[in-house]
Amino acid sequence: MSILIDKTARVLVQGITGRQGGFHAKLMMEYGTDVVGGVTPGKGGEWFEGTPVFDTMRMAVETTNADVSLVTVPARFAADAIMEAADAGIKLVICLTEHIPVSDMMKVIAFCRRHGARLIGPNCPGVMTPGQAKVGIIPAMVATAGNVGVVSKSGTLTYEVGFAMKNQGIGISTIVGIGGDPVIGTNFVDVLEMFENDPETEKVALLGEIGGSAEIVAADYIKNAMTKPVAAFIAGRSAPAGKRMGHAGAIVDGGEGSAEEKILALEAAGARVAANPEEIPNLLA
Amino acid sequence: MKLHEYQSKFLFADYGIPIPRGKVATSADEARAIAEELGGIVVIKAQVQVGGRGKAGGVKVARDADEAQHHAERILGMNIKGLRVERVLVDPGADIEQEIYLAITNDRGAGKPLIMTSMEGGMDIEALNRERPEAIIREHIDPIMGLKDFQMTYIASAMGMPRAQWRSFGKVLKGLYNCYRASDAELAEINPLAITGDGELLAVDGKVIIDDNALFRQPALTEQRDSSGEPESERQAREAGITYIKLDGQIGCMVNGAGLAMTTMDMTKLYGDADGIGPANFLDIGGGASPEQVAAALRIILSDSNVKCVLFNIFGGITRCDEVAHGILTAYNEVKPSVPMVIRLQGTNAVEGSNIINEARIPNIASADTLTEAAKRAVAAVKEQG
Repeated sequence: MSILIDKTARVLVQGITGRQGGFHAKLMMEYGTDVVGGVTPGKGGEWFEGTPVFDTMRMAVETTNADVSLVTVPARFAADAIMEAADAGIKLVICLTEHIPVSDMMKVIAFCRRHGARLIGPNCPGVMTPGQAKVGIIPAMVATAGNVGVVSKSGTLTYEVGFAMKNQGIGISTIVGIGGDPVIGTNFVDVLEMFENDPETEKVALLGEIGGSAEIVAADYIKNAMTKPVAAFIAGRSAPAGKRMGHAGAIVDGGEGSAEEKILALEAAGARVAANPEEIPNLLA
Repeated sequence: MKLHEYQSKFLFADYGIPIPRGKVATSADEARAIAEELGGIVVIKAQVQVGGRGKAGGVKVARDADEAQHHAERILGMNIKGLRVERVLVDPGADIEQEIYLAITNDRGAGKPLIMTSMEGGMDIEALNRERPEAIIREHIDPIMGLKDFQMTYIASAMGMPRAQWRSFGKVLKGLYNCYRASDAELAEINPLAITGDGELLAVDGKVIIDDNALFRQPALTEQRDSSGEPESERQAREAGITYIKLDGQIGCMVNGAGLAMTTMDMTKLYGDADGIGPANFLDIGGGASPEQVAAALRIILSDSNVKCVLFNIFGGITRCDEVAHGILTAYNEVKPSVPMVIRLQGTNAVEGSNIINEARIPNIASADTLTEAAKRAVAAVKEQG
């Protein structure tokens, strides 16, 4: 078991004929993910690495019976692509794209809810269930299968922690990159709940950062509803207030969203918080 | 992207929100001419994008044109929290009976626009939120449906707006929502929204922040960017497509990925803080990291004379460490940094990358296997220089 995806996931890649989309689709196939096709408007009828390319998501879903979609299209088209996936009946949409305007995302998230679709991201590295499937850009080498669930706002920081865990022989059930944007489809608390209910996840690592209050909401959930132990790291202790630290969502605004308040809340909720991400494996051992 | 007060208010006016009929001056003579034209009492307001300009002496009331000129002379060129005042707004004095707070912002948690309003305007909303949160009315807007009339009636009624002003308040609220939506704003705020002696509403002060990711479809707003508050190095980085933020420490950081870049900064502080050592910058080199990009980033980091050591932390996923190593060497040969560098390459092709660095035998380059080791080495390298 795992959460969100496993080897039965039938995946479409929106933007499969693009440079990024194609490159990662290939790596996903090599990992063993069942990529059943791709969508690029105007390129329907072509083939990519033995899988069919369609003009529209409706046609792609009808033909392939896909249940997961990966959005790799540029920011100006990404909001529309996510809605197209939800409209076509996809129940899990994972969006890698960075720089989508927040006003678009708020509409997209409302649209996805109305269609019963879960969105992961945007501006995220995707989801990987080690040994089974990956949808996104998380490198295969950073994790082996096991029973620690990982949920994170960041890409390379997640690889760093996954790799440190792997080096100490700690395996991962599923990695979920929820993304570094201010408004995202799935938050920490949603993923924590999935891990809490997943029989094969025994412990959880949460990697947060400054900005917003998602980690505070997560701390509430950990305190009130979680039985599984949680180790955490919050990036941005040394970040100045009022400056956006790369991720659109990583900004301490009006005294809200600081690393200190998040660390305090997580510790008060019983999570073990590392000052150095390379200590996370020790907290999980 | 933040707009100035005058830009925000002129934008509000485009959406039917009543604003004072003031004008912008860049010289004291101009301020005088505007004051003469307006007649009566005027307010001279420094146009800088920081809070607390009133306390800093950047806002003055003038009884006549002479006084307006006098105040403008003192305010123009003034330094407020590191920003030089280049412009003042000369507004007619308003007869304010009541000050209201009204703002629309993105609620990150809910993923919806949020209206926040209070009859206790004028003061700092964060302070009001701490002291009397019940005095603020909050209402979410459905992002697909938009703001509805029944919501406006609810808000006016719940906040205790006098009935005589419901209609005009509804117009202001609708206007502000349209402005927020059409401008891709993260925040559109009127504080205070005044009820004047004759019962009219007037947006006396305003603040608008535009979502940087939407600037591609906001050409008219993008043109209004004032980058005078932006450090030169940050402007250069922005133009090179690199995210760079200058900080006060001594260790220049070059990292791939925003979360890891913040973490690398944190590690230099974790191990260096006791000796007053910390990060000199945030820098995310992004994916790929071509030699040209690495060189550009290195030049920007070294333009900060406080930098005593450069720490490279690259976790190769899709990015290959051997390519980054070539990039670092090319950049090194081009930039010839005089400060020591600590290089930590991990992930895809890390061994090949480290070999490339080691074979180059550059005297002031040290390598490290883990982030912890790299941060400690960088701190030690700064300490050695005293």
